[in-house]
Amino acid sequence: MNKKTPLIHITKRTDIPVSRSILIRLAAVIIALLVCGLITTIVTGLNPLEVYASMIKGSFGTKRKVWTLLQNISMLLCIGLALVPAFRMRFWNLGGDGQALMGCLAASACMILLNGKVSNAALIAIESVAAIAAGAVWALIPALFKAKWNTNETLFTLMMNYVATQIVAYFIIVWESPKGSGSIGIINQRTEAGWFPAIGTNKYLLNILIVTALTLIIFVYMKYSKHGYEIAVVGESERTARYIGIKVEKVIIRTMILSGALCGLAGLLLCAGTNHTLTTTIVDGRGFTAVMVAWLAKFDPFVMIITSFLLVFLGRGANEIATSFSLNKAFGDILTGIILFFIIGCEFFINYKINFRKSEGKEAR
Amino acid sequence: MEERTPALSMRNITKRFGSKVIANSDVSLDIYPGEILALLGENGSGKTTLMNILAGIYYPDEGEILIGGKPVTIASPKEAFNHGIGMIHQHFKLVDVLTANENIVLGMDKEGMLDLKTSAARIKKICDAYGFEVDPDEKIYDMSVSEKQTVEIVKVLYRGAEILILDEPTAVLTPQESDKLFAVLRNMRNDGKSIILITHKMNEVLSVSDRVAILRAGKYICDRVTSETNAQELTDLMVGHKVSLNIDRPEPVNSKERIRVKGLTVRNIDGVLKLNKVSFSAYSGEILGIAGIAGSGQKELLEGIAGLQPVEAGSITYVNDDGTTEDLIGKDPLEIAALGVSLSFVPEDRLGMGLVENMDLADNMMLRSYRVGKSVFTNRKDPENLAKQVIKELEVNTPGVHTMVRKLSGGNVQKVLVGREIASAPTVLLTAYAVRGLDINSSYTIYDLINQQKKRGVAVIYVGEDLDVLVELCDRILVLCDGHVSGILDGRTADKQTIGMMMTHIKEAADE
Repeated sequence: MNKKTPLIHITKRTDIPVSRSILIRLAAVIIALLVCGLITTIVTGLNPLEVYASMIKGSFGTKRKVWTLLQNISMLLCIGLALVPAFRMRFWNLGGDGQALMGCLAASACMILLNGKVSNAALIAIESVAAIAAGAVWALIPALFKAKWNTNETLFTLMMNYVATQIVAYFIIVWESPKGSGSIGIINQRTEAGWFPAIGTNKYLLNILIVTALTLIIFVYMKYSKHGYEIAVVGESERTARYIGIKVEKVIIRTMILSGALCGLAGLLLCAGTNHTLTTTIVDGRGFTAVMVAWLAKFDPFVMIITSFLLVFLGRGANEIATSFSLNKAFGDILTGIILFFIIGCEFFINYKINFRKSEGKEAR
Repeated sequence: MEERTPALSMRNITKRFGSKVIANSDVSLDIYPGEILALLGENGSGKTTLMNILAGIYYPDEGEILIGGKPVTIASPKEAFNHGIGMIHQHFKLVDVLTANENIVLGMDKEGMLDLKTSAARIKKICDAYGFEVDPDEKIYDMSVSEKQTVEIVKVLYRGAEILILDEPTAVLTPQESDKLFAVLRNMRNDGKSIILITHKMNEVLSVSDRVAILRAGKYICDRVTSETNAQELTDLMVGHKVSLNIDRPEPVNSKERIRVKGLTVRNIDGVLKLNKVSFSAYSGEILGIAGIAGSGQKELLEGIAGLQPVEAGSITYVNDDGTTEDLIGKDPLEIAALGVSLSFVPEDRLGMGLVENMDLADNMMLRSYRVGKSVFTNRKDPENLAKQVIKELEVNTPGVHTMVRKLSGGNVQKVLVGREIASAPTVLLTAYAVRGLDINSSYTIYDLINQQKKRGVAVIYVGEDLDVLVELCDRILVLCDGHVSGILDGRTADKQTIGMMMTHIKEAADE
């Protein structure tokens, strides 16, 4: 071996044992926590262990906090699941936010306009259909353009978010209550018409159950159904899809209707299930966070449970730190950023192997 | 030969990919100044990996490289150039909108100033020395494949290459162009340059090389002086056991017209005429060969018949056994299948069209059959069994039915694709470059499979590039030239030179 051998060279791994990849990810989390601790101490002078404890308390401190945590996970997971079929098809649906918001709008409209005119059961049925349809339509528009004229779906779906926000802003003014407040307030607070029923006394449980069922359904749909197979083929290679006679345009449109409908469902669960109101920020950027949920899990619905937990947990922890140590919320975001950096960055070490030059001494022996 | 210093020596080179794949194992190889060395080996035997190590694309895990007797490190393509090693890849690396001159000097101007006059003069000198024909001011997009290849060769010579590596250079050339290339290679050899030639075509190895080195399964087997060996010995060494080199051509039995094409005219997306009034018939129990320079309309012809290519004018008719006919024009693959026409197609782009590279064997088998049945769920059992059957019958080398197709070598990928396409018992089989990039052993397996289909009474349309094979395998040969049919010859009497001429010259009658 001559001396000019480069110090390191990087080679792609062809296979890696599962145990090893889990080990790398664990190491990444530990290093991330260490770095976070270091930065916390340097910047704020606080004991990092106390900060971590407060993060955990933020999510698990009380029974109510645990339920809120689960509710937030389900909402994020629901939109994440909605994105899976689209992403598998390599259709980058960045419009989850807008599609869910349109679902909220449709559900609110039914609750406001049909209050007292139909029975409560009928109202719930109508608002559900309306919300899911509204989400589907909002996704169908970019899908049609993509199928017919091959427009860029990333930009198109993204822009549709802003259109949705403006439409909702308009209707908030139309329906504002009380007049002049600039907001809608709780819809049907007295009658609770159109509200999803609480299971026992728990208003979150129904949402959580629905999303749990949805996780299973999406898993089966993607893995075992003919539709799921077509989606995978179109995503991998449109030319192969055409070669075997799949109508690519049809699959794009069908899949986007599904994706949008599930976003609409998320909007419905938010509006009729828990919040019972409509604001422009009700979806809270979940359409974008969900992109990360789906990607981090490589579109596996069950792994997405873990990734959505991780992201919700970090987000809530950041808030908790901000309030309990009277730090700026940005500090929590810094910690979240550091942790995500390591978790995403460790993928490099899972895909590639770094070879160091063997030391001269070793060679000589 | 022992007296001379090798221009380049590789000593005990080992290259692994991941923990399981050993692409090169302890390979030692010398090349001397003024010789043409043919590197021979089956697909996956590690030829390209070994050459990529020389070209600085891969770095070896073990072993060393000596140039002129001195150990060197080649960590990047640039360092390879600095050591006088130039590789001409199968896929050209040229900028289309630049001229030959600009492409050749690209990345070389150290002073930040382009002196195209001086470089043109130098290019001219190189061309005159070896017999190239290059117009330095011609744009790449105006050039034929062979001219682009010439530019690639001049490019590495311009950079002072003493050792040239050519990876299957004749795959894209006509016989005449190949002969021209070989003449140039001989000139370079006589000038003292070392040339390493990777090829699967045995007649080229025998006619142009001085020495042959053989790799098998990543290991160096031996070398032979070309004048003292023959095709049979080389093939046996390469494969590791005895193989027969004759291609069967059974007489067509009970041939009936099956596909009738009349006045087929096709334009591509840019409006360029790719097929111009093409007419012919394909018969059952017969192999119809299609010869032509790459891009003469072969792809459009096959895709037109398969229902994948919009057609401007003309007709494609399928003739049933009872004489009734079906019109195939304007129908997509599903509609064609719905007519009861069993048409199989082995496309040129195996991994981008025929198969899904990121799916396993079983899922790829399912491409043709997943629609069967009313259930909303896929039936995974049958495709899996089919995959097992194909693996067994066609001797596909794979760890199992759940291996991603992209992890298989070229020959095995093709076996999977052909296996699936013939599993549906077609009456028409379209194949495009069915043995491209395949080693001898795999190629012969494919010829056998095609012949079996012919004996079953299938009408086979075989688009090929190796004229030696076309004249041995096909019953009739249709020659395409720039979208025209320049003639249909009897495969038993046709000779390569005539076909080569017809590939480049349209008969007067077909002129516009």
